[in-house]
Amino acid sequence: MHDKNIRELSEGLKSKAFSSLELTESFLNRIDRLDPSINAFITVTPEKALAAAKAADVALSEGTAGPLTGIPIAQKDIFCTEGVRSSCGSKMLDQFISPYNATVVDRLNAAGTVMLGKLNMDEFAMGSSNETSFYGPVKNPWNLETVPGGSSGGSAAAIAARLVPGATGTDTGGSIRQPASFCGITGIKPTYGLVSRWGMIAFASSLDQAGPMAKTAEDCAWLLEAMAGFDPKDSTSIERPKEIYSQGLDNSLQGLRIGLPKEFFGEGLDPDIHQAIQTAIGEIEKLGATVKAISLPHMHLSGPAYYVVAPAECSSNLARLDGVRYGYRAENPKDLKDLYMRSRGEGFGAEVKRRILIGTYALSAGYYDAYYLKAQKIRRLISDDFKKAFEEVDVIMGPTSPSVAFQFGEKSQDPIAMYLSDIYTIAVNLAGLPGMSVPVGFSKGLPIGMQLIGNYFSEHRLLNVAHRYQGVTDWHQQSPTL
Amino acid sequence: MSLTSDEVNRIAFLARLAIDPDKIDAYAKDLSGIMNFIDEMSAIDTENVLPMAHPLDQAQRLRPDEVTEPNQREAFQKIAPNVEAGLYLVPKVIE
Repeated sequence: MHDKNIRELSEGLKSKAFSSLELTESFLNRIDRLDPSINAFITVTPEKALAAAKAADVALSEGTAGPLTGIPIAQKDIFCTEGVRSSCGSKMLDQFISPYNATVVDRLNAAGTVMLGKLNMDEFAMGSSNETSFYGPVKNPWNLETVPGGSSGGSAAAIAARLVPGATGTDTGGSIRQPASFCGITGIKPTYGLVSRWGMIAFASSLDQAGPMAKTAEDCAWLLEAMAGFDPKDSTSIERPKEIYSQGLDNSLQGLRIGLPKEFFGEGLDPDIHQAIQTAIGEIEKLGATVKAISLPHMHLSGPAYYVVAPAECSSNLARLDGVRYGYRAENPKDLKDLYMRSRGEGFGAEVKRRILIGTYALSAGYYDAYYLKAQKIRRLISDDFKKAFEEVDVIMGPTSPSVAFQFGEKSQDPIAMYLSDIYTIAVNLAGLPGMSVPVGFSKGLPIGMQLIGNYFSEHRLLNVAHRYQGVTDWHQQSPTL
Repeated sequence: MSLTSDEVNRIAFLARLAIDPDKIDAYAKDLSGIMNFIDEMSAIDTENVLPMAHPLDQAQRLRPDEVTEPNQREAFQKIAPNVEAGLYLVPKVIE
């Protein structure tokens, strides 16, 4: 049952091959048995899950069920869930029981999904390996000695290990796509503003975007359809007609124009990954697409611009965590300053502190123009490169990450080396475009991901391309031996 | 560029973030490395480039001035580390 994708599970529920209760119990048992060695979950919520499953079974028998009714999912622990700990992977929020639901959580609940629990992640989504989590690192199910990627590493590992068929993730600089790539699953980061940020604990507000992760592009389409849409509670939510992502997935790729940026295939790219991407693009050409060489000349500046914008915004967002209204509070503060300083010093881990310090420095008096404003101008140059590229091509393709999953400790002592594992994904967030990662092969037993980047609001097209590719390949069906 | 330990202490105070004194030098080294990485931007001429604050250049949306949020004081104070008589407690600020 656990190897089935969401569409197959939905068909099984509709045909009464199994009930949502049986399905939910089966996944909960699997989590009990396998998660101790993977550590994908921070919190498992069996009582709530079983209650939701029973409600789903009623809806299924009464004929009021939608496509996702009764399907088990899990939420990244960055999303606020009413009455359930919402830790964001941090000691700071270890005791934080959210008084309300994130809009994404409300929408997935309303669609009838059954939440099994909350997934591990890098602390406040700051990291590319899940090693910064207060709850310990998640292990990559393909090789327990390697990282699952980050920050949505718990989501990716849980799906790869077949502990849950679908999950939410968030992506500020690659946090859906890079772990999807490392764990051999499919994930999509939508256009900035498509999915509500309400109740999603803020990291860098001008970059953060939530999206679905699952085994297949089709499952991602179903989940995205439930998650996306205008939300008046999010001031940057986009008002536009709702799209039906689950329809048109089989559309022809005849005449699709693929752009291959030379900057994605240069120095530093693992040759096995290069080969796998070429082969995957060959498959898509056989489906009717054509390929064109393009250039994104400001690509190399995306890392530097990101490491100003993201820390600056995080230093501002995380200022709210002061030990007074909620979250960790230091013992016996001698005065108010001591309360603030020690609550934050003891509550945050090393990487979060580094980013708060960088951001505070960049925003401090006299430095604004040199750093934040400069980075926003670089953002424009990067965005203009994409704009120009999309005059000539429909989808840009390349690797998701320059390497496959690396070993624990390999990069955790060197912040810059860690930052470079997101080198191909960051520019997409700076421009606010949709991006996707799809499994396209293996190197040394570890999955390889291909990145698909589209123009604003082209999620439908990206999902269509990925779905057609998955129709002629079986990389997305491979699962690790556990 | 490189950040000195004094500068790290100054920034940490601005951020109200206690840093273990033994670790200040390590932070100074890491932050200097990151600032060097960032400094690649300074070589680019951006004189006539418009800064991008929002990917779709969207302005903040306005809404009618109506009360939409109910009072949830009890729910919010239930999760606070230290409250009394409906107030959040902090160490004494004024003598």
